[in-house]
Amino acid sequence: MEALFFNVNTGFLEGIVRGYKAGLLTQNQYNNLTQCESIEDLRTQLSATDYGNFLANEPLPISTSTIAEKATQLLVDQFNYLRSNAVEPLSKFFDYITYAYMIDNVILLITGTLHERNTQELLERCHPLGVFETLPALCVATNVEELYRTALIETPLAPYFRDCLSASDLDDLNIEIIRNTLYKAYLEDFYAFCSSLGGPTADVMTRLLAFEADRRSINIAINSFGTELSKERRAKLFPTIGRLFPAGNNALARADDIEQVRQACDGVAEYRAFFDSGSGPGGARGQNGGASESTAHLLGDLDTGGAAELEDRFFAYEVHLNKLAFLQQFQYGVFYAYMKLKEQEIRSMTWIAECIAQDARDRIQDYIPTF
Amino acid sequence: MSGTGPRENIFPTRMALTNTKLRLKGAQTGHSLLAKKRDALTTRFRAILRRVDEAKRKMGRVMQLASFSLAEVTYATGDISYLVQEQAKSATFRVKAKQENVSGVVLPAFEVDRVPGSDFNLTGLGRGGQQVLKAKEVYAKAVETLVELASLQTAFMILDEVIRATNRRVNAIEHVVIPRLDNTIKYIISELDEMDREEFFRLKKVQGKKKRDAEASEAQRRLLEESEAPEDYQPELGGGGGDLLSSKDEDVIF
Repeated sequence: MEALFFNVNTGFLEGIVRGYKAGLLTQNQYNNLTQCESIEDLRTQLSATDYGNFLANEPLPISTSTIAEKATQLLVDQFNYLRSNAVEPLSKFFDYITYAYMIDNVILLITGTLHERNTQELLERCHPLGVFETLPALCVATNVEELYRTALIETPLAPYFRDCLSASDLDDLNIEIIRNTLYKAYLEDFYAFCSSLGGPTADVMTRLLAFEADRRSINIAINSFGTELSKERRAKLFPTIGRLFPAGNNALARADDIEQVRQACDGVAEYRAFFDSGSGPGGARGQNGGASESTAHLLGDLDTGGAAELEDRFFAYEVHLNKLAFLQQFQYGVFYAYMKLKEQEIRSMTWIAECIAQDARDRIQDYIPTF
Repeated sequence: MSGTGPRENIFPTRMALTNTKLRLKGAQTGHSLLAKKRDALTTRFRAILRRVDEAKRKMGRVMQLASFSLAEVTYATGDISYLVQEQAKSATFRVKAKQENVSGVVLPAFEVDRVPGSDFNLTGLGRGGQQVLKAKEVYAKAVETLVELASLQTAFMILDEVIRATNRRVNAIEHVVIPRLDNTIKYIISELDEMDREEFFRLKKVQGKKKRDAEASEAQRRLLEESEAPEDYQPELGGGGGDLLSSKDEDVIF
């Protein structure tokens, strides 16, 4: 059925997004980028790609953050074009994508407000995709309840906030917890929405969102070792979706070290591979391990190399899943996957620029290629 | 000879000679002490110079690693600078200053004092927390290197100053004070010798004059004895009971 009527409403946009996808950097282009001697060369190389002259008007010492900023601006423009052309329920789907950025912006504003920062300065730092009308009004709030009543009740984030109303005061610990609670609620809501769409969209999106949820769960578990976050509160931050839910999540909630996290993930074959210290998904990973090992050796007792590598594998697997999304037609997953792939590409590009700027040639291969 | 170089403006007496000799001795002792101090400081200075060199090289490497780890954080989580800035409430990395004494020179030494703080350790909870922690550690190491370098650098500056001052003093004593005292002593000695010689000459002159006078008076008397009758003189020589003060005797000078 979807295949029959899909193109009436969404065929144009799907064509557009697949065209955008063809503009993602290829392995060949990445190879050219890694050969660059300076940021100048990088700019020349990038002007031959779909990025075109996006850095043409920048004053000459181009910083890596400028590159990231400009590239993000391109992505935002593309996204806004897609969203303005979308009709229900695809426009709703696009709205859901922006909610993640909205959560980040809300948290940023709350943090800034707590420390009495200039609102204008804060608004400049917000991600352009997550800006909404009542965002500046957040600055008046002093506790969560007030925040909810005055500003957030109008926004789509309101339902997510219901869970954190119990946290009475806003301090730094609570803010990070609020952020993760919000994100959890958002993931669950998005998951439910995609499932309600049915068909291939549900197939593709549930797979992507399940991985995203599992990744958050694992990360929260690993990152909360040795902090004042109690295990009960940790368990509350895990999204109740994903392939680890519920048994894996329970095990994660009880985990005390990385070994127990590994055991918790044993039930899922794909995740088990992340924790194998040997060969990773790409040949570059082994090199990475060697480099971080020597770094750790130089700095003494830092043994975070393994965990950092885990993060890289998550990124690689996410890219893999997002690429799979393009294999199916007549579904909305492509839009989400494109956004994620493009973000990853911007990250990779910034990484390469950073490596060139800091003259760290041995790590330049550690980016994650998209296509 | 009263010395060719500059000398102190002093009255050449034996007392002054003793004093000046004492001062020369003092200056020589001071010179050897200062020279020893200079040598000790220079040894220390060389050692610090070597360590500064090492620390600077290390700093280069560590700072590169640190900024690279920040790049890793940016790769994993995006821009977290704002969150970290806002959530840092108390300093977890403090520098303490203490003092070290190297042959009378007080050198400040800085020490790292890390307070295990829990600031922003939930940053990146959902993503990239490990990178944030790693960047934090790497930067702490980098700052440690900087602190070490700072204390070495300060010691370097102070020692440099002190060594220069000491050198100046040693040279001043060696080339100005000691020659001047030497000259003064030579001058005093030569003046004293001169005075001795003058005195001797004067005494000789006096003696010569006395001798001459005595000869002259003898000759005159003999002449008188020969020319005048001895009877005139007889009563004088024989009697001798006359008043000496009453008659003026032209032979007697005083």
